[in-house]
Formats: sequence, structure tokens, C-alpha cells
Amino acid sequence: MNALNDVSTTLVLKNDKFNIETKQKLTKIGKVISLIITYAFLLFMALLVIFPFYWMIITSLKSGAEIKAVVPTYWPMTVRWDNYTTAFTRLNFGTLLTNTLIVGIFSTIGTLITTILAAFAFARLEFKGRDLMFSLLLATMMIPGEMMVISNYISVSLFGMTGGTNIIGGYAAMILPFMISVFYIYLLRQNFKQIPNELYLAAKVDGKTDWAYLWKVMVPLAMPTLITIFILKLMGAWNSYVWPNLIASGNKDLYLITNGLRETFSTANDIDNYGIQMAGTVIVTVPLLLLFIFFRKYIMRGVGRAGIKG
Amino acid sequence: METKNNYKAWLYLAPVIILMAVFTFYPILNTFYISFLKGYNYINGTFRGFTFDNYIDVLTPVLHSGPGTNFESVMQIALPNTMLLTVVTVPCSIGLALLIAIGLNSIPFLKKIFQTIFFLPYVTNAIAIGMVFSVIFDTDYGIFNSILGLGKFPWIYPSPSTGEAVNYWSAFLAICIYIVWHSLPYKILIFLGGLQNIDKQYYEAAQIDGANKLKTSWKITVPLLSPQILYVCITSFIGAFKEYNSVIGLFGTAGGAFDQNTGPRNMTTMVYFIYDQIAKNKVQYASAAAVILFIIIMIFTALQFYVSKKRVHY
Repeated sequence: MNALNDVSTTLVLKNDKFNIETKQKLTKIGKVISLIITYAFLLFMALLVIFPFYWMIITSLKSGAEIKAVVPTYWPMTVRWDNYTTAFTRLNFGTLLTNTLIVGIFSTIGTLITTILAAFAFARLEFKGRDLMFSLLLATMMIPGEMMVISNYISVSLFGMTGGTNIIGGYAAMILPFMISVFYIYLLRQNFKQIPNELYLAAKVDGKTDWAYLWKVMVPLAMPTLITIFILKLMGAWNSYVWPNLIASGNKDLYLITNGLRETFSTANDIDNYGIQMAGTVIVTVPLLLLFIFFRKYIMRGVGRAGIKG
Repeated sequence: METKNNYKAWLYLAPVIILMAVFTFYPILNTFYISFLKGYNYINGTFRGFTFDNYIDVLTPVLHSGPGTNFESVMQIALPNTMLLTVVTVPCSIGLALLIAIGLNSIPFLKKIFQTIFFLPYVTNAIAIGMVFSVIFDTDYGIFNSILGLGKFPWIYPSPSTGEAVNYWSAFLAICIYIVWHSLPYKILIFLGGLQNIDKQYYEAAQIDGANKLKTSWKITVPLLSPQILYVCITSFIGAFKEYNSVIGLFGTAGGAFDQNTGPRNMTTMVYFIYDQIAKNKVQYASAAAVILFIIIMIFTALQFYVSKKRVHY
């Protein structure tokens, strides 16, 4: 009787052990399977994301005849670098690049200056109406830019900056409205606020003025954010299309890079020139990708910052 | 001391205030004003009194215009196009971005490289990549038709060989694919930032309770991520309503030409209409359309805040 009891207990024990082991095994297998599914899903989506880039580069190196092949090739049979030389001349790349750099750099430097000054006032100085003013600025972010574009267009055309005849005026019209950004003021203010108060007080004891403190202490400390603003703003100028298009009004000498790209290759079904067209899009895309590779951290931080406030 | 600081602060703010007064605050008020002017000529500033006609003209093109007139398109084409694009692309891209972000957050290896790949569409030029998509969707030699074995189906441009017109809905599908592709990175980035802030304890507790992965995602991840989801909903809604560059990139500056029997005859959007009217010197119509766009965006933003009051867990 006793022996039987013993056997049954050991059996139960063994059974239990077996259960736990299989359960652990099963959960392990389940985990591996779900991990495999996750990886497969991510890989599939990543391929979809990459495909347009791959196709752009491949097509840019193909001849018209190869693009027309019944069975599409996934690697160019004969690499046609001359698509790029043709695209450069057709785009009139020198003018486009000069225009984009002039507009981009001036509007970026302007934005940095106005942003630093305003963020300093909002973060460090006490004055009447500060919170009201700051809320007013933030509220403008909700208003679609199209509400402003119309009157701005009227303003700059009353100054004779539109129509494409006045080159300097055209540059000014493309730069001036873009010398402020409320979002960047917000971003930099948050950054300035993190700088400890003690530094400010110490600077005061040393007899430093607010002005000196801003440029000697705060700006160097906020350098990462300023780099972020610089890069994102420059990319903005590179990608801007509609406002320069209005200002240039068809004068090719005032086109920025994106306008040049769209206007140069506007004919549909131009199969023989797809290679050259794609070479043009590669030329426009590569500088952005290079910026991304070198400043990935800064770009992703600036873009991601918006969502964190919750 | 205080008054001194006061005046100094306004000096620091002066550049921003002057620029914003000229290029932000005055234009907003002026656009409202222009939208009520009758026969406004902005070059010499003359007009013939105040009216609601601009809004009526813009909203009822059937009564006021035939083909070829300046404003044949707002209610008939641009507004439905914009609404449809928003309703389809916003939920699709948010759902997909959420799945990808949850996937990225749960994998042990290769996280960085996947994250970089998924961010790539953000750092592109909308018009350049739009042109790439239009080559991918090409009728005769496009890789999309070739991979799916669809022959010479016209997605974006009418077939050059047979002259077959483009069905509105196939063009609509093409642009939706492009918009979702282009808008994923931002959303993934925001969601991933939110996911990384969620306390691991919740998941451990769920594991002890024996909840499976799907249940954990639905009952823990999504509610805890709701502030980010609300934020992304609002921003992507506004972004979708202002869709413009994707249309220009994919369909060219005319906004496409589709078979009229299948739907609207082009893919022009609200913003397209506004810029088109500015270029045609019809600023009063552009202003009326901009005010309508502004009101729609405000209403939907307020609505989302109202709905989310009960659903968002802070």
C-alpha cells in the first residue's frame, strides 16, 4: 500500500515535471515562431520601402531599349553613365544648385538668428505677456500655410518681386517669409530651459551681460539642436516647390532644384528618356541621403522631438 | 530692473515679431478680408464692395461655370479628392506604422538597421520620388504591371499604344500607395519613441497573467501609446488635407487626366486649387478656398480632441 502510494506520487511528480518542461518548450517555440513572423513582416516592409530607391538607381543606368525590354531586368546589362551627364546638362544643374544654395543658406542663417534670439527671450527673460506671446506663436502652427501664402504673394508682387524679371527681388521673396519658424523656436526654447540656472547666475556674478551669456554659454551648449535646425531647414529649401514656383513664374533662372526637376521632365510616357529622368531624380535625392547618413542622429532627434511632449 | 528686462526682452523678440507681423499675422487677417471682396484686383487694390459670392462660386461650380472656366473644380473635384485621400491614407498609414513600430520594438537584433531603412522615405524629395513611382506604375513598361502580371494596365497615364484611358480608382490606388509609403517614417519614429517610454513592468505583469502577445498589444501597448496616436492622427490628418506635392510628383503639373465616367477627371486637391487660383490672379477665390480649408482642419482637429478625451490615457 505504502509502495503503491510512493509510486503514484513519483508518477505525479514526474508527470508534473514533464508538463512544465513541455510548457516551457512550447512557449519557447511560440516565442521563436512569433519572432520569425515579426522578422519576416519587417523584412517584407523594408523591401517595399527600399524598392523605389533601388528601381530609381537601376533605371537611371539603363538605356531606353533596355527599359522597354519585355522581361524587365533587375540589373542594367550595359551601365549607361551618360544618362547622368545628359541629366546634368538638361537640368541646367549649375543654376539650380546656385539658386537653391543661395535661398537655402540665407533663409537658414536668418532662421537661426531669429530663433536663437526669440528662444532666449522665452526661456530666460521675464517679461509681461511672455506666456501669452508664446501661446500666440504656437497657435499659428495650427493654421494652414495656405492662409498666409495668398497675402504674402500679393505683398511680394506689390514690391515687384514676382513675375521672374527681378532676380534679386525673387531671391528676397523666397528667403524673407522663411526666416522664422515657430516650431524651431519651440524646440530651442525647450533646450535652453534645460540649461541650469546656476550658470546664468554665475555669469551674472562675473559681470557678463545677457547678450554675452547667450552667445558664449547658451549657444555652444545648444549646438546639437542648432545643427538639427540647420540641417532640417536646408532640406526644407532643397524640397520646396510651390512657393518658388509662384515666385519664378516660369523664369528658369529663378528655379530651385525641385522646380527644375519637375519642369525639365514633365512629359508623360517619355519612355526613351526614363533613364535620364531617373538620373535627374537620383541627382536630387542623393544629397538628401548623404545629409541623412552624416547627420542621422540630429535629423531623427529633431523630427522625433515633436511627438514626445504627449 | 523689471522694466529694463521688459524692454530688453522685446528687443530680442523684435525680429520674430516684425517678420511674423508681416508674413503671418497680417496675411491671416488679410486672407479672411479678401475672401469677402467683390471683383478684387490686388495690383491696384480696387474692389466693388463686400460679398459672399466668392464662397458661393467656389462651393457651387455647377451653377456658375462650365468646362474651361477658372473655378470649375473645387466642390466637384478638389474637395472630394482631398477628403477621399485623407480618409483612406490616414488610417492605413497609422495602422501600418503601428504594426512596424511594435515589431521593431520587440526584436532583439538588427533593430538599428531596420529603423534606418524605415526612416529613408522621410529624407526624400516628394516630387522626385513621385516621378519614380510614376515610372514604377508606367503603363507599358512599368515594373508594377510586370510583377503583378497585369499586362499594360494604365495606372497613371493613358496607354500610349492603345489609348486606353485611366480609371480614376486605379490612379487613386497608385497615389494612396505613394502617400502611405511617404508618410510612414514620421509615424514610425513617433510611435517608437512612445513605445520605448512604456514601463516594462506592464508586460511582465501581463506575462504572469498569461496574456498572449496579441492581447498584450491591444490591451497594454495601444492604450499606453494613445497620446502619440492622437498626436499622429491630428498631424497626419492635417498633412493629408494639405496634400499637394505627391499629386504634382505623380501626375505632373496638370494633376492627371482620367476617364470621366469612372470618377473625377483629375487628382487636384484643395491646396492645388488654391495655388492654381493664385497663379490665375483670382486671389479672392484662392482666399475663400483657403478659409474653407482652414475651417475644415479646425473642425476635424477639435473633433479629434473631443473624441479622444474619453479614449486617451495620459
